[in-house]
Amino acid sequence: MPRQDTAELRALIARHKRWDVIFGVVGLLCLAVGLLTFVALFVDMLIDGYARLTPDFFTNFPSRRAGQAGILSAWVGTTMVMIVTAAVAVPLGVAAGIYLEEYAPKNWVTDVIEINISNLAGVPSIVYGLLALGLFVYQFGLGQSVATAGLTLALLILPVVIVATREAIRAIPGAIREAAYALGATQWQVVQGHILPYSTGGILTGVIIGMARAIGETAPIITVGALTFIAFLPPSPVGTEFPFVSFEWLKSPFTVMPIQIFNWTSRPDPAFQANAAAAGFILVFMTLAMNGLAIWLRYRIRRNIKW
Amino acid sequence: MSGTAVTTLAQAMSPAESRLAHRASRHLKEKIIESILLLAALVSVFTTLGIVYILVSESVVFFRHVPLWDFLTDTQWTPLFDDAHFGIMVLLSGTLVSSGVALAVAIPLGTVIAVFLSEFASPRLREVVKPMLELLSGVPTIVYGYFALLFVTPLLQKFLPELPGFNLLSAGIVMGIMIIPTVSSIAEDAMRAVPMNLREGSYAMGATRFQTATRVVVPAAISGIMAAYILGISRAVGETMILAVAAGMQPNLTWNPMEPAATITAFIVQVALGDLPHGSVGYQTIFAAGLTLMLMTLLFNILGYWLRKRYREQY
Repeated sequence: MPRQDTAELRALIARHKRWDVIFGVVGLLCLAVGLLTFVALFVDMLIDGYARLTPDFFTNFPSRRAGQAGILSAWVGTTMVMIVTAAVAVPLGVAAGIYLEEYAPKNWVTDVIEINISNLAGVPSIVYGLLALGLFVYQFGLGQSVATAGLTLALLILPVVIVATREAIRAIPGAIREAAYALGATQWQVVQGHILPYSTGGILTGVIIGMARAIGETAPIITVGALTFIAFLPPSPVGTEFPFVSFEWLKSPFTVMPIQIFNWTSRPDPAFQANAAAAGFILVFMTLAMNGLAIWLRYRIRRNIKW
Repeated sequence: MSGTAVTTLAQAMSPAESRLAHRASRHLKEKIIESILLLAALVSVFTTLGIVYILVSESVVFFRHVPLWDFLTDTQWTPLFDDAHFGIMVLLSGTLVSSGVALAVAIPLGTVIAVFLSEFASPRLREVVKPMLELLSGVPTIVYGYFALLFVTPLLQKFLPELPGFNLLSAGIVMGIMIIPTVSSIAEDAMRAVPMNLREGSYAMGATRFQTATRVVVPAAISGIMAAYILGISRAVGETMILAVAAGMQPNLTWNPMEPAATITAFIVQVALGDLPHGSVGYQTIFAAGLTLMLMTLLFNILGYWLRKRYREQY
């Protein structure tokens, strides 16, 4: 090939390769937009709310005076709702996941269940709120209570738990099941003795991600009709008199962190918006910590398990 | 099985035989457990049925008061006034405009990020960046609402002084950033499912990375990428709190993102915050609005599912 042609070809290649570099830079810039927004959000909340992040903020009830308002009823409410959510979503989701991976025959019932789960994952959260309003609040007569909110959020995160359970179970090699069956174990013994213990880490990751989502959900709980101003705590689950345990708190009105933030954000007074920023910072911090924990768990599982 | 039955059986047979004998209780227990697990799996079906039942039954009562034709064509939305009008167009315009803004942000950024992570980034960078991007979709939407109202809107007002405090633009932009991970991760999965030999063929012909990415990988993965966009749309349409906080809750038939407007979701929130008696027309309105929303997202989800199925079958 004449030298001139070679030089021309090289120039052509160099010209085309320039686009590689340009696109690389554009790609990094786009990533930076996403990540910088996140940093801006985090820092903005911290700056706006920093002055309000005192111990009193955690132990005060909401108040008409912004300076004295706190998130006591909100975080207690969030904790109680999350307990109900976890108590319902984890057993149901794990059981459903086990059924679909280990038991389900290949028939139309299984297909219907699978399509339903993937479809439910795409239903807007506010529609779950409407379901809860019509079904739990009025038809079941649960009212605007901790139980209603917990059940609603449990249904909302059920697809997340089911999908995580299925993925964790699918990662277990078939040889383990075959070995157990060969020793005469029943299906449930295989599940109980092998499948569940080996998939616990993966399931836990999914549960944490689901809970991180539930903790920040606002729309369905507002739709249920939760009150925005609650200056009392639900009755304590543990009492000093017999029988020491009470479930009255399930029927109690409540507020949760996101609703408290919504309430404060929608007031024009900047002092309340500072409260919203402080509470928002705490909420973001909590979801971040939960997501971080899930990512770390996933990483550890991937590194430690070698079948 | 009772304990005495076991012992008499064991006496009659050798130890090995007795352990291998068919035990009814063992099978019964297995059957019961399987039924319980099946019931748990059916909860998702019941949930769907519950949603459809509640939305349809309340909407049927609503449409007895309001003709369907008025619902679709009226240009006013004043369900709580004495002179009530129920034109879903008004709320739909807010939903469509805000979703449009969100997609104008999420589609270009999400696509570029997906191409970059799938074709350009080193595995190490991808391992680090992907979980960080996922965090963007993990932030509670109410916090995004605060951010849109009190950070993005004031920032935009520096460039657009006439921008009102509540507007669809800033809510849409923040919503777009929120759905970037949805778009980018599904689009990236689609691109990584493109077989390596297509890329190798392209490189062997002397194409650069950029040429391979834009002319081979993206066209091969196009239905998966479209599915990613459609799921992004469906998330944007169903988004609630960002719009309820930052876009105002005034019904406003507009196609201008610089104006405040209520969306379908924001309207539901607004009604739920008030004190509507159970069974009134106003109460049923939110179910009709919810049904509209549900039908829209269902349509998008089915389309996205179908597109994803298609690209999976290609290779």
